[in-house]
Amino acid sequence: MSGRRLNAPLLIGGALVLLVVAMALVSYVWTPYEFKFLPVPKEQTPNAEHWLGTDRSARDVLTQILLGARTTLFVGVVAVGVAAVIGVPIGILAAMSPGGFGQFIMRGNDILLAFPALLLAIMFSALYGGGTLIAMIAIGIATIPAFARIVRSGALQVINTEYVAASRVAGHGPLAIARKHVLPNVIGLVIVQASVSFAIAILAEAALSYLGLGTPTGQPSWGRMLLESQNVLHRSPHLAIIPGAAIALAVLGFNLFGDGLRDYLDPKLEGR
Amino acid sequence: MLLRLARRFLVLLVSLAVASVLVFAFMQVLPGDPARVALGMNSSDEAVAQLREQFGLDRPLLVQYADWLGGVVTLDLGVEWVSKAPIAPQLVDRLAVTGWLVITAMVLALVIALPVGTWMAVRHRHADGVLLSAISQVGVAVPAFLAGIILITYFAKRWQWFPSGGWVPPAEDPVQFLLRLALPAISLALVQASMLARYVRSAVLEVLREDYLRTARAKGLRPMQALTRHGLRNAAVPIVTVLGLQLATLLIGAVVVERVFVIPGLGSFLLDSVAARELITVQTIVMVLVAAVLIINFLVDTVYLLIDPRLRVGHR
Amino acid sequence: MTTTPDRARGGARNNPTERAVTRESAPPDAPARETVLTVEGLDVHAGSTRLLHDVTFSIQRGERVGLIGESGSGKSLTALAVMGLLAEGVTATGQVRLAGHDTELLGASERRMSQLRGDRMAMIFQEPMTALNPTMKVGRQVAEVLTQHRTADRRAAARRAVELLGQVGLPDPRAVARSYPHQLSGGQRQRVVAAIALANDPLLLVCDEPTTALDVTVQALVLDLIVRGVEDRDAAMLFITHDLAVVATVCERVLVMYGGRIVEAGPVTEVLGDPQHRYTQGLVAASDLERARTGPGRQPLDTIAGNVPPAGRFPDGCVFRNRCAFATEVCEQVPPWTPRGRHEAGEHASGYACFHPVGSETGE
Repeated sequence: MSGRRLNAPLLIGGALVLLVVAMALVSYVWTPYEFKFLPVPKEQTPNAEHWLGTDRSARDVLTQILLGARTTLFVGVVAVGVAAVIGVPIGILAAMSPGGFGQFIMRGNDILLAFPALLLAIMFSALYGGGTLIAMIAIGIATIPAFARIVRSGALQVINTEYVAASRVAGHGPLAIARKHVLPNVIGLVIVQASVSFAIAILAEAALSYLGLGTPTGQPSWGRMLLESQNVLHRSPHLAIIPGAAIALAVLGFNLFGDGLRDYLDPKLEGR
Repeated sequence: MLLRLARRFLVLLVSLAVASVLVFAFMQVLPGDPARVALGMNSSDEAVAQLREQFGLDRPLLVQYADWLGGVVTLDLGVEWVSKAPIAPQLVDRLAVTGWLVITAMVLALVIALPVGTWMAVRHRHADGVLLSAISQVGVAVPAFLAGIILITYFAKRWQWFPSGGWVPPAEDPVQFLLRLALPAISLALVQASMLARYVRSAVLEVLREDYLRTARAKGLRPMQALTRHGLRNAAVPIVTVLGLQLATLLIGAVVVERVFVIPGLGSFLLDSVAARELITVQTIVMVLVAAVLIINFLVDTVYLLIDPRLRVGHR
Repeated sequence: MTTTPDRARGGARNNPTERAVTRESAPPDAPARETVLTVEGLDVHAGSTRLLHDVTFSIQRGERVGLIGESGSGKSLTALAVMGLLAEGVTATGQVRLAGHDTELLGASERRMSQLRGDRMAMIFQEPMTALNPTMKVGRQVAEVLTQHRTADRRAAARRAVELLGQVGLPDPRAVARSYPHQLSGGQRQRVVAAIALANDPLLLVCDEPTTALDVTVQALVLDLIVRGVEDRDAAMLFITHDLAVVATVCERVLVMYGGRIVEAGPVTEVLGDPQHRYTQGLVAASDLERARTGPGRQPLDTIAGNVPPAGRFPDGCVFRNRCAFATEVCEQVPPWTPRGRHEAGEHASGYACFHPVGSETGE
């Protein structure tokens, strides 16, 4: 189809995603200060020395924002990775299994769907203690059904086409069909879902860290910055607004990128 | 229709059963001894042994599961492991608080999202429609607890129009109740309304393309008349679907927002129990939340049947 | 009952549609009928793309006028422009007037148009399966057009709706009124749509391919009830179709449309039996109408060379010249309208716009 064209959400979302990636990469080679308590006044508003101010422990905010981008991306990558690696094969299996078994898988999937990411993460941290990795795995598990569902519907469309029937007649086994026909056709769906799930993972991590169950003290995280700003809000609102804006922009970026990509891959759906 | 409902209900029961197994299993894969986890690593062996004894943690898992599930079904939830406080009365009180919060937020979100989403759809080619759409996209990206933090910062701390948190039951002091409900409900509703408005927009856009809407116009209905009389009921089908999912996310969003506003709801109960390592309490609260999500989904399916005559008996 | 051309032409004399064809050949000095719809210089644009070009025609009381052409020629657009139901972003200029309403309809307010639509002018759409609201009972959908314009009494409207459903030949109209659209067949649904359209005895009924989506077996039945409904009300009808056999059955006069312009018009027998415009000639040759009657057995059908260009890609001048075997340099100019004979409804009622009409090659 020649109908594909770049759209505004894709470009804006892509730019925001790139911005987060760039911040994370920059943090490896340069941060304005070290991530530690500095011998400077606390709770400074943005100024020439500290572009985004300092927090209530006199740590530089910009430094934390840059380092926090790493945590954000790390969480998203692991959570989405877990969900995709498990969810995609489940979806394909459900689509290619004859009748009852596929239905059975999807029923189980629906039940897992009733476990929201954040709830599962809170439960896991009750069991294993908090921590970024536990949180990411919990979020990943809760996101499996979203992948399984979208991949199954995509795979079903492919499987019912004539060229797959022809391939079957030609003697190709289910694995070969899954690899040669199904996977390439659902990869777009998977990327779109990954982008949307990435946003959800960022939100969940921020909430968990805000609750003190995610990223532990001493590690930079946007959600944790919100938690630490809690008691000084009345006099230093920027300490909540800056990390809050970072979270919102990252989530907005991945959401827009996912939406834009869907329209780009499937122009028929544009505007829906 | 009854047959269909009965089948749905059966699916609900099976789902609840499977979910309870899952919740129970998640708690059991814990490495080490749950009693020791609950009491802390420094607890004495005697105390641990006593806890195991008291709550029958040495019994086979199947028996423990049956015991717990039986308790949940009969609402005889026993006491917490460490504090020994009875669980059921706390659960009921806190469920009521969270209920107020979630339902108020949902109603607010609907009141905002239905007209705004419809407007976004009708004006989707115009600047105002596009602008609203962009605003809603930003709204979706702001988590409810962040909205709560910002609302507290300005409306409670800076300008002191509202109390910054806490809870007063409606029967005790209706004015204080509303004042304390306002900010948390609004923070949940703003995000929810943004998501909902986007769904309303796409559902209405879909309906605007339908032939029967043109028929309605050809009958002499003005555009808005045609949309309200013929479009909205049809647009309601996809909207009701997401409403179920939305209630679920709202419930979970409330967990965090309750912490922001120091509200003694189910979310605070869960987080306090996590902090206090009250494992059986955590297990029960998680089950209640998951059951709530499953039951909401069942209700959504039921509402479909009422909205869409095509789904009723005898037709495809 | 089918609508094959042979049947349509050679059908029984008492066929109501056949009466219409004979009426059309009434002497030209018969008293002029009232003009119900006048369309003059109608242009329709979508952005900078011109979709309709200087469309001019009129329809008289009791007259049934066909509008034919390939898909993409602008037929439906003409109907929607008349009804004021063009999509957002599509604009119409020119003049559309309805008898008894001196105001210009194209510039009229939505409020004014809403008062006319469903009351003085009504429309039947192509797709009966999707034209009715799936979540509203059929009886209410019929009653709504009554309460919208005529009566505030819901019960009276409901009773009248059942009557109307009976009039369009639905068996057990009471039960039909209580059912939802998905419980009815396509033919039944189209009868319901017809009942809605005819409910307020409109002056003008616009039909956009009303039977195209139906089974051949029910097409004729639905056509018959529409024609009867229009005759009973002495209403004017604009009937859009691409099926020449249907036009021959239903209409007295026909407009041929191509590339957003009317290229030929006139009484059905003249236009289809003796087309002047090269496009009409191709259209007639491509349908089995002529060949089936006069040709010696099975001959391959002629087709018009090339395809209908997408909207906005039609050539300047004569829109048909890039597909026309007779096109010359002069065709780069817009061909003037050449009236043919004298028609009571004016010079645009019968004529053609072609520099090289059929038969002209011998004269040159």
